Parts: sequence; C-alpha cells; structure tokens
Amino acid sequence: MQMPTPDARVLGRKAEIVDRLRRVLPADAVIDDVAETRAYECDALTAYKCPPLAAVLPANTDEVAAVLKICHELDVPVVPRGSGTSLAGGALPTADCVILGVSKLNDVLETDYDNRFIRVQTGRTNLSVTGAVEEEDFFYAPDPSSQLACAISGNIAMNSGGAHCLKYGVTTNNLLGVTMVMMDGTVVELGGAHLDAPGLDLLGVICGSEGQLGVVTEATLRILRKPEGARPVLMGFDANEVAGACVSDIIKAGVLPVAIEFMDRPCIRACEAFAKAGYPDCEALLIVEVEGSDAEIDHQLRLIMEIAKRHNPVELREAKDADEAGRIWLGRKSAFGAMGQINDYMCLDGTIPVSELPRVLTRIGEMSKEYGLDVANVFHAGDGNMHPLILFDANKEGDLEKCEAMGADILKLCVEVGGCLTGEHGVGIEKRDLMHVQYAPADLEAQMAVKDVFDPNWLLNPAKVFPLDASDARRALDVAAE
Amino acid sequence: MTPTSEDELSAAIKSAKGPLQIRGGGTRGGAGTGTVLDTGGLSGITLYEPGALTLVAGAGTPVAEIEAALAAENQRLAFEPIDHRAILGTTGTPTLGGVAATNASGPRRIQVGAARDFMLGVRYVDGAGNIVKNGGRVMKNVTGYDLVKLMAGSWGQLGVMTEVSLKVLPVPEMIATLRINGLDDAQAVQAMSRALGSPFEITGAAHAPNGPDGHPVTMLRIEGFETQITYRAAELKKLLAAFGDITLETDQDRAAAGWAWVRDAELMKDQPGDIWRFSVKPSDGPALARALGADDILYDWGGGLVWARMPEGTDARASMGGIAGHGTLVRMSDAARGTIPRLHPEPAPVAKITDGLRARFDPRGLFSPVTEPA
Repeated sequence: MQMPTPDARVLGRKAEIVDRLRRVLPADAVIDDVAETRAYECDALTAYKCPPLAAVLPANTDEVAAVLKICHELDVPVVPRGSGTSLAGGALPTADCVILGVSKLNDVLETDYDNRFIRVQTGRTNLSVTGAVEEEDFFYAPDPSSQLACAISGNIAMNSGGAHCLKYGVTTNNLLGVTMVMMDGTVVELGGAHLDAPGLDLLGVICGSEGQLGVVTEATLRILRKPEGARPVLMGFDANEVAGACVSDIIKAGVLPVAIEFMDRPCIRACEAFAKAGYPDCEALLIVEVEGSDAEIDHQLRLIMEIAKRHNPVELREAKDADEAGRIWLGRKSAFGAMGQINDYMCLDGTIPVSELPRVLTRIGEMSKEYGLDVANVFHAGDGNMHPLILFDANKEGDLEKCEAMGADILKLCVEVGGCLTGEHGVGIEKRDLMHVQYAPADLEAQMAVKDVFDPNWLLNPAKVFPLDASDARRALDVAAE
Repeated sequence: MTPTSEDELSAAIKSAKGPLQIRGGGTRGGAGTGTVLDTGGLSGITLYEPGALTLVAGAGTPVAEIEAALAAENQRLAFEPIDHRAILGTTGTPTLGGVAATNASGPRRIQVGAARDFMLGVRYVDGAGNIVKNGGRVMKNVTGYDLVKLMAGSWGQLGVMTEVSLKVLPVPEMIATLRINGLDDAQAVQAMSRALGSPFEITGAAHAPNGPDGHPVTMLRIEGFETQITYRAAELKKLLAAFGDITLETDQDRAAAGWAWVRDAELMKDQPGDIWRFSVKPSDGPALARALGADDILYDWGGGLVWARMPEGTDARASMGGIAGHGTLVRMSDAARGTIPRLHPEPAPVAKITDGLRARFDPRGLFSPVTEPA
C-alpha cells in the first residue's frame, strides 16, 4: 500500500508541536512516547501499520477545537480515531500525523423519550447508546457487527449499518444532528432534535465522509421503541439462484423482514463444523427474521414459509422458542470466527443489485478456481451487501498478494453488475485505489471539491478515500504555499 | 431550453450567458429567474426491479407515471412526497426531479424517512457543465462522499439533476386511522408522543386544531397486514384511553384521503396570507404555535412539523424565541417578497460552507440561490 512521503518539516517540528498540544490539554492526554504511540499504529486492518507523530485524547469539544487549531496553524495532518475498528484502514496513521482519539468523549448528554432522541458524545460505543435507553425499552437501530466496540464517531464517519438495516436504515437515516469541529478549530452545529435540515443537507454529506470534513464530537441520534418480539426462520435450498428468487418473492409479497441473511455452501459447512448449529448440508441457506407481537410474527412467518415452499426448500425450520431462534442465528453469527479457525481470510464488502446475485456467485466460483483460493460467501441478502471471505495462508509467500488481486477482481465485478465497491466498511486506504473503477474523474472531482470547502489544506485524514494520483495536487497545495 | 440528453444539457449550461431557471413541472415555484431550463426532455423510467425495490428514472419523469408503474407491482414511494399545487395554487405536473430537489416528504417521514433517505443515486450536471454521478442503485453504498444527500433538497443550487435512483417499498395490505376528537394542542402532542413511543409502528401522527369537520382532530396511522391492524388498533386504544374516545377509520379511500389532506396541508388551500413550515422538536410544537398566533395551524410529524398560515409580510421567525429549529417560508406574498428570506438564515460558519459549496459547484453563479418562492 503506497502512502505519501511524510512531511519532513512536520517531523522536524515534533517537539514544538507536542509542546503546543501540552499547553492546551491535560498532561496525560498527549502521547508522544514512541513505545506508547505504537498502540495507535493501525486499526482493524492490521496488514498496514505506521506509528503516528503523536496521539491526543481530548475530553470535550473545546479541547478538540484547541487541538485542531494548533494543528491547522502548524500544518500538521490529523487522523481522527474512534475505537479503531475500521476494516478499511480509515484510521491508519501516517508518520507525520497527530492521531485525535475520541475515546474520552463518552458521556450521554441528554435523553428525551417524548421526542425520541438521545444526545451523546461521539466516543461512546454503539451498543452503549442502546444501553443508555433500554431501561425504557428503546434502542438505537444501526447495528454494525462491531457494535460492542465501535464508537458513534466512527459510525458517522463510515455511515455504518448492520444486519437490521433492511428495515431501520443505516447511520445517515438515524442521525439528527451533530456538533462538529472544522480543521481550523471552528465549531459548527448541524441539525438538532428536529427532523429537517434548512438549506443544504450538510449533515448528509458529513455522514460517511470518513473523518475528512470535520471531527464530530457530539451527536443527536434517533431512538426507537423496541419491537414486542422477533423470530427467525431458517430455509435451505439446493441452488443459489433459487434462494435468490425466494428473497425477491418475499420482498415482493409485501412482508418487510427485519433481516434476510444468505450463506453459501462453503460458508454453511465451515459454520456447521465450528458452531454445530444443526444447519442442513445444502447449496444456499437463508435466515429471515420478522418482528412484532406473537400473532403478527405468526402471520408473517406463515406467508414467508408459503413462499419458500414454492421454491422446494430442502429444509424449512421455524424457531418455536428463544432457544431455537438462538440456534438458527448461532451459525451465522459465528461465521467470521468459524472461517478464522480454518484459515487466514480477507473479508470483502461489495454491494450488488439483488437480481445479479446468482450471476455474481457463479463468477466468484470461477475466480476461486482461477486463483486457486477458496471463497465462502455470507451476506445481507435484503440489500445486496456481500461479504465474500477469501481464504489464504498468510505464511505462504505470495498468497496475500494473490488474495488481494482476487479481492480487487471481485469488487470490480460488483461495480460491473451495477453495484459498488463498499457497502458498509468504507473506502479508507483499502479501496482507495479502486475508486477509479466506480467513478469517472468528474465524479471524484465533485467529491474532492466538497473536501476543499471543509478542509482547504487537506489536513484531515488526507491520504484516504481518493486515489493518491487524483488527490496529489490538492495535498501538495499547502506545501507549495509555504 | 429543453435538453433531451445529459450531453445537450451540459452543452446548454456551458454556453449559458446568464442566470438559469431550472424547471421540472413548475409546481413548486421559485427556482429563480433567468432563461428557463426545462427538464421535461429528461423523462422516463429506465430501470425498475420490483424484487430489488429499486427504480431509476429521468428527473423530468412525472411523479404520477412513477406511482402508476409502482402501483402495478403493488409498490409505492414510501416517503409520500407532498404535492405543492394545492397550497401554492400552481398548475403543472410534479416531477421526480422536483421531488428530489425539494426533498419533498410527507407524514410517513417520522417512520421511514424523507425523500433523501430513499434516494440511492443521482446524476447531475453542475454549473460548469460537468456531468457527475454519485451513489448508485443499491441500498447500501459508502463508496466516497454521499453527494446524493447534498443534492436532495438543494433546490437546484448546485446542479441540474438528470436522473435519480430510488428505493421503493411494498404497499401494505391495509391502512387505518385512529382519530381522537377535541384535544388541545399540548394534549394532542402528548398523545402522539405516547403512540410514537410504542412498538406499534405509527406511520403518521398529525393534529389539526381546526380539522376538516371544524373541530380539533388528532390522527394516527397504522399500516400492515389486517392481523396487525386489528391487534395494533386495540393496543393503541388501551394505551391512549386517557385521551378520550378513539374511532377507527378502516375505509381505505377515506383513510388515504385524510392523509393526503395532511400531506398537502390542504387546510391552507385557497386561504390568504403567507404559509410557513417550521421544523422543531415535537414537544416544542404547541409553544411555537402559541407564539406565532397564526391564522391556521396544522401539526404533522407528531408535532415536529408545524404548518402556519400567517398574515402577509409577517416575519414568523421573529416569534420563535429560544425554540430550536427552523422555519421556511413556503408561500410568499408580495408583501414578504424581498424582505423575508425563504430559508432560515444560517449561522456564519454554516453559511460559509454553503457559500463555498455553491462557488465550487456553480462557479459562474448560473443557478439562483433559494430566495423567491411562489
């Protein structure tokens, strides 16, 4: 992975930079010891590492503003970091950057059940937002798999979703307002506890901007009342195409399940060997979950099972109680761990139109043979977000490179059939250089123009999202201006 | 000018000598002054996959054409775009581009989101004539910045949309409206909040102090399979018993007509004065209405959307006091024109971003700022 050469002028001024930061933050909130900064050298994409120049841990909006003002003045790149769970290298440091971690920003500022929102500092973890309101039977809907650990700041940066987004949407659909600090230290408020944006929807463009437009310190989030109950049904089919057609028929029938998960044969076998959930040995497996009262669930599941029966399932199993529901989900939820037991793997994150599913799975199967690497597929079938897991041996020379090449081919295939490079993990550094595949130069220019407005010197998370050759001139601007 | 392709549109913008007035169906008014740039030539549904819940169409496509195609597959635009013709007194045909450019959303916004939440992708031509695409036609997409949201509700300030892809949803088996008569505004908002805080998936919550029958009416909508309607209606009656008698409207046409009345603020049709639309936190709605002293008030979104009909030339924003939120002047009389801005003034740092974006997307200033509504 190519990264820009660290700015020698910044590296040479480390002492001055750290000294300035220490003057505005408590002593323990500025980390510049080489051994300690190693804790920040990568995020969850551990293949790439680089210790930052320093790391700071401000505790409120004012401190964040003070840090950014200094870094702006001294031309120091800043990489914002939530919990560091990015799978795309979105929080990967550069040697000349200050990591701005929001882990100390974890307070609940306001809960309002009548108006159905919660206001939190953004270092708070996703699951603990629900934790703060579940006594009143409310929850925060976006549920990325990392929700136990990931921070709301990162959710906003990556516009995170999860298994239940078919019904509840992703972060952008549940974010009402933010307090954000711009790179020059200016604090702006966007949105609020009300629903509509006046003027341009800046909140909409902040969400998913991968920490490049500002540092979000506080967020107003929509909370919802928990459904009375939920129950899954498991169905096995003897062909991927049949399972795909069944998904489409369920959706067309007017049932809106809260989740539809799809697993292919290699994934089913691996999960079964690992979790012993009692999955049938078949080509494709669906888990469909619906919500409501018991009677409502019965009605919806009856409809879904009737549709499934028309597709000659090899297995059709409705959960009768919580225990059975747990077992249906067990295999799916342990998919990533199960694959990890077998091999090293790379988890991709492309999205395709649901109708292209059979064609894409067939083609991935062919690529698997061409590259000599096994692939297991698990994905959110309701929205076409695929997670092909490519198995490889990290200790075998050349295997990682082969795996990366195959991954790139699969993502290109996703774009070719009308989908996109990333459904929920983000671009980061991982898919940065593939952006040309999905976007023409004018498309990238339009996005980069937005960054120009928010962060004219390109100091916030600068070498991410956009291919280096596309953003070269802009990132060099502030150097040239000296 | 009525370009029939993106390339023609791009050429037209590149060769423009002065301000352009972007016009879809012309039903929402106020896209500035200058040479009319008609998007009617960019019309037609280019892709519709009912099983994937996606539809792609040209910006000039009439909304009615889209709704008819969806209805044939028992699907719909779940965000229920408001038709502005009633209150603005305009004629013409609402288009997809107009819906997208104004983020036109109706009562179901509280449950499923606004137009912006259903827009998966856009293609547009910016003020320099560049053809740009963003997003796509899949439900989940975090590839680069979400310019789709930036274009949604931008009133053509940043570019002329040529194509929009949408997420659509199935039509539920039935809808029903629960009605409570005679509540005052504060009680109504409390009742709506209690219902919206229940697990019964309310898809509309509105209150008219002066309803169609001349008395205060609070309306709650539920949608789904008949079994769900029966169960939820009974549960809601129990939950809201303290607020008074609740009647249930299950006639599909009458229920639909009631929500169209709310969606289009028909109460204010053919009435004099300026029409304002405030977005506030629901519990602030009644206090805002009191402060406004309007000639007519209608609450949607559980109290968070306050429609107000005010005497001509009244700066209703001045009455907001410390209430957080914002007001938009939707219908402007001659008395208000040029003196009261259409959109709520932005704080300086936000205005700086808005101005910066407009300068980047429209460097020659061809597209008008949003100042002059109908």
